[in-house]
Amino acid sequence: MIAIPYLTALTTYFSYGLLFAFGQFRDFFRKIFDWCSSNNLQGYAPICLGLEDFYIRRLYLRIQDCFGRPIASAPDAWFDVVERFSNDSNKTLTRTDKLSRCLNLGSYNYLGFAAADEYCTPRVVETLKKYSPSTCSSRVDGGTTELHNELEECVASFVRKPAAIVFGMGYVTNSAILPVLMGKGSLIISDSLNHNSIVNGARGSGATIRVFQHNVPSHLEEVLREQIAEGQPRTHRPWKKIMVIVEGIYSMEGELCELPEIIAICKKYKVYTYLDEAHSIGAVGKTGRGVCELLGVDTADVDIMMGTFTKSFGSCGGYIAGSKELVHYLKHACPAHLYATSISPPAAQQIISSIRVILGEDGSNRGAQKLAQIRENSNFFRSELQKMGFEVLGDNDSPVMPIMLYNPAKIPAFSRECLKQNVAVVTVAFPATPLLLARARICISASHSREDLIKALQVISRVGDLVGIKYFPAEPAKQQDTSKKFD
Amino acid sequence: MSASERFLANSMETVMGSAVVNFVNTTLNWVMFALDAPSARAVVFGVHIGGHLFIEVFLLVVILFLLSQKSYKPPKRPLTNKEIDELCDEWVPEPLIPSLNKELHYEPPVLESAAGPHTVIKGKEVINFASANYLGFIGHPKLLDSCSSSLAKYGVGSCGPRGFYGTIDVHLDCEARIAKFLGTPDSILYSYGLSTMFSAIPAFSKKGDIIVADEGVHWGIQNGLHLSRSTVVYFKHNDMDSLRETLENITVKYKRTKNLRRYIVVEAVYQNSGQIVPLDEIVKLKEKYRFRVLLDESNSLGVLGSSGRGLTEHCGVPVEKIDIVTAAMGHALATEGGFCTGSARVIDHQRLSSSGYVFSASLPPYLASAAIAAIDILEENPTLITKLKNNISLLRKELSKISGITIASNPESPIVYLRLEKSTGSVKDDLRLLENIAERVLKEESVFVVVSKRSTLDKCRLPVGIRLFVSAGHSESDVLKASESLKRVTASVLGG
Repeated sequence: MIAIPYLTALTTYFSYGLLFAFGQFRDFFRKIFDWCSSNNLQGYAPICLGLEDFYIRRLYLRIQDCFGRPIASAPDAWFDVVERFSNDSNKTLTRTDKLSRCLNLGSYNYLGFAAADEYCTPRVVETLKKYSPSTCSSRVDGGTTELHNELEECVASFVRKPAAIVFGMGYVTNSAILPVLMGKGSLIISDSLNHNSIVNGARGSGATIRVFQHNVPSHLEEVLREQIAEGQPRTHRPWKKIMVIVEGIYSMEGELCELPEIIAICKKYKVYTYLDEAHSIGAVGKTGRGVCELLGVDTADVDIMMGTFTKSFGSCGGYIAGSKELVHYLKHACPAHLYATSISPPAAQQIISSIRVILGEDGSNRGAQKLAQIRENSNFFRSELQKMGFEVLGDNDSPVMPIMLYNPAKIPAFSRECLKQNVAVVTVAFPATPLLLARARICISASHSREDLIKALQVISRVGDLVGIKYFPAEPAKQQDTSKKFD
Repeated sequence: MSASERFLANSMETVMGSAVVNFVNTTLNWVMFALDAPSARAVVFGVHIGGHLFIEVFLLVVILFLLSQKSYKPPKRPLTNKEIDELCDEWVPEPLIPSLNKELHYEPPVLESAAGPHTVIKGKEVINFASANYLGFIGHPKLLDSCSSSLAKYGVGSCGPRGFYGTIDVHLDCEARIAKFLGTPDSILYSYGLSTMFSAIPAFSKKGDIIVADEGVHWGIQNGLHLSRSTVVYFKHNDMDSLRETLENITVKYKRTKNLRRYIVVEAVYQNSGQIVPLDEIVKLKEKYRFRVLLDESNSLGVLGSSGRGLTEHCGVPVEKIDIVTAAMGHALATEGGFCTGSARVIDHQRLSSSGYVFSASLPPYLASAAIAAIDILEENPTLITKLKNNISLLRKELSKISGITIASNPESPIVYLRLEKSTGSVKDDLRLLENIAERVLKEESVFVVVSKRSTLDKCRLPVGIRLFVSAGHSESDVLKASESLKRVTASVLGG
């Protein structure tokens, strides 16, 4: 849990209070002007009612330039950020032709497959020529090519499950699978910080949803015992089935799942487990097989393994891996398999090729090197940040590391100052995080060199001093050490 | 005997009755005496104190006594840990998936080359009527060129959502290109066709709002309607009278509710039936009853209208009249992803409120450049649309001669939808019959056609059928061969 200092909490609340008050003040005047000018809605209700878009208009628009920055190159270790300007105090942003070369600490390019790769790219181009970018058809109609079957076999053996099914988008994988498996009378127990796609899938399923405290196995057990004893609400009939949904690495926290404990509990209570490895597959584990490998969990104990290809593999889409029967059933019942266009063949080839590189089947040891590199990079960067006195969340080995900012004014300050010094970072605020816990998020890649990381640390340290986010005292002895190194 | 008995009983009753009367009388007398007692007639400070005061005091005491008592509560006995353990041990979950029955045997054919108008299945070249490659763009050299140069520059994936460095300049170019092509102020790209509708609808319609939707809409829309938590009312498939009635009822019912957002959700060409929605009628109704319209142009973009701008152009409706237009790009444009287009307000709102846009990695850049290239090619070659239209009418003309099946789709629709003339009465049997036809056509005649399939989650109840996706890439002989083969196989399956 994040323990926010009392004073920081107070100033953060004060800042939001001030923003809210000013926003309301401006809305008041806007209302008067709107009332004076003629009503142009002609009897339609407005698209946004009341406070629905207050946050966007009065808070987000002020710092709009920190989000959605366009880039003009592959999202590799260094990329070209397109400069933008605004003439109407950030309401609209205009692109310019100017580019600035920045160090990329924002993309999920964990293994460095985002840029052209000596093994993958020629194969992808070849596939493009053979299969064209799309099949224009769903998997059950004319959208299954040899490549799609090969991809499914490849993914299944990579994640060590008997079978797998792939989809063209990670978000759809979660939100279309859960309604197939769960329904009325079943219970979904979800981690409180699960991704929006899981939340949407669970809602779409019509099952009852309960939440357990983020990554606390003892609370999961408590909830499970209570729910099994109580049964369904009002009728008190026993639940038809219960599924526990967790993520491998939580993308906003950088934390690894307490998987061994959670699996043990799930086994004890005979409930099904659903593991979303969107950020962990390919990025952690000795051979890149995700949290199961890293934490020593047998994949046979996880009923449904889900993951995406957007991150480590530098492609798009998602997969579900499980027993042969499960996958067979999904292939007949899952709407995303029946109705959606099948995954683009070049993207499928990128996944196959990158998995081959990771497993060393391309005849080189580049995959192993990449995996060693990302682990080393992540642990180095995390420990250096901690030494400088930043409040860094997450566990060792995880390539995602959030730095806490708290105050709303520090969000744009941190982001803009870093960009000025050619380091592109991601800042995250409400609604992706709780209101008080705004943060910057760093994603480390295997393609970052040591020099890149040292430059990033220097910049972040300088900006950190400027913005005042070193909430902990710096480590004295090591501090000298690092400052020497930086000099 | 019985008479004497009755007499005895009667006399007993009279004796009993008189006893009761006596008792009541004495009691009344006593009460009257008590109330009339001298003490009860006292006057205190000018107030007559009647005998009723005693009774009132007595009642008050009783009430106070009762109030002072604890109310009755059943004793609480929470389950002990041991009992919970037992319950947990006893609980037997259902299996994760239902047991697989024999009906789930279908294995789709595996393509060994691109899914163009001609493709290879099991080493044999077949004519492909299963891909919605309406304009024949699969394998188009210009499209491939733009893709490969994009792949060289940007790599395959974008490695991030749009908000976090997943916005690549081609995404913005593609959005501008689509908006320019359709004549709208702005547009927004989604990374998957299916997610377009189910993200866009919940972004605009919230709990309490009203959506009137066609009962034949595809699953992506159904899911969006469900996720929006709005009040959803379905009208009969493509039936404007039913729609009018529904709108009228809703308007009357919610007359007093202020600021209620109302939407009509329709598909331009229905994926589930091949019907085309009469947009001019919809616009009239929408303006009369003040509803906004969400139109899914997935199967009409690049197909309908003289320059392929979709149903709005086809019906001569200005595109501004349609509030929100969505489309999947996995059909005529031969790429992937989807987009939504409309006024700047509509688009900007989605950039922070649409879950499939905010929380998902963006479209791979090479697919965005493919979309740009596809629109360019379409604008340069309007003859493609004429070619497609000719193919559709030729196929329909030939297929109409087949007995046993009817064409259920609209004459302009690029999806030619064949249904059994006489249903067997059960969907399963119909499906088996149609699948049999499709399988034999592929095996014996090398023509690849598919039967519409339904997920168990799909609420659409329209009859199943064979779907033929016509392409401008099909030659006249392809079309003739397909209809000939269907004719032969249908006769042999339905006849025998």
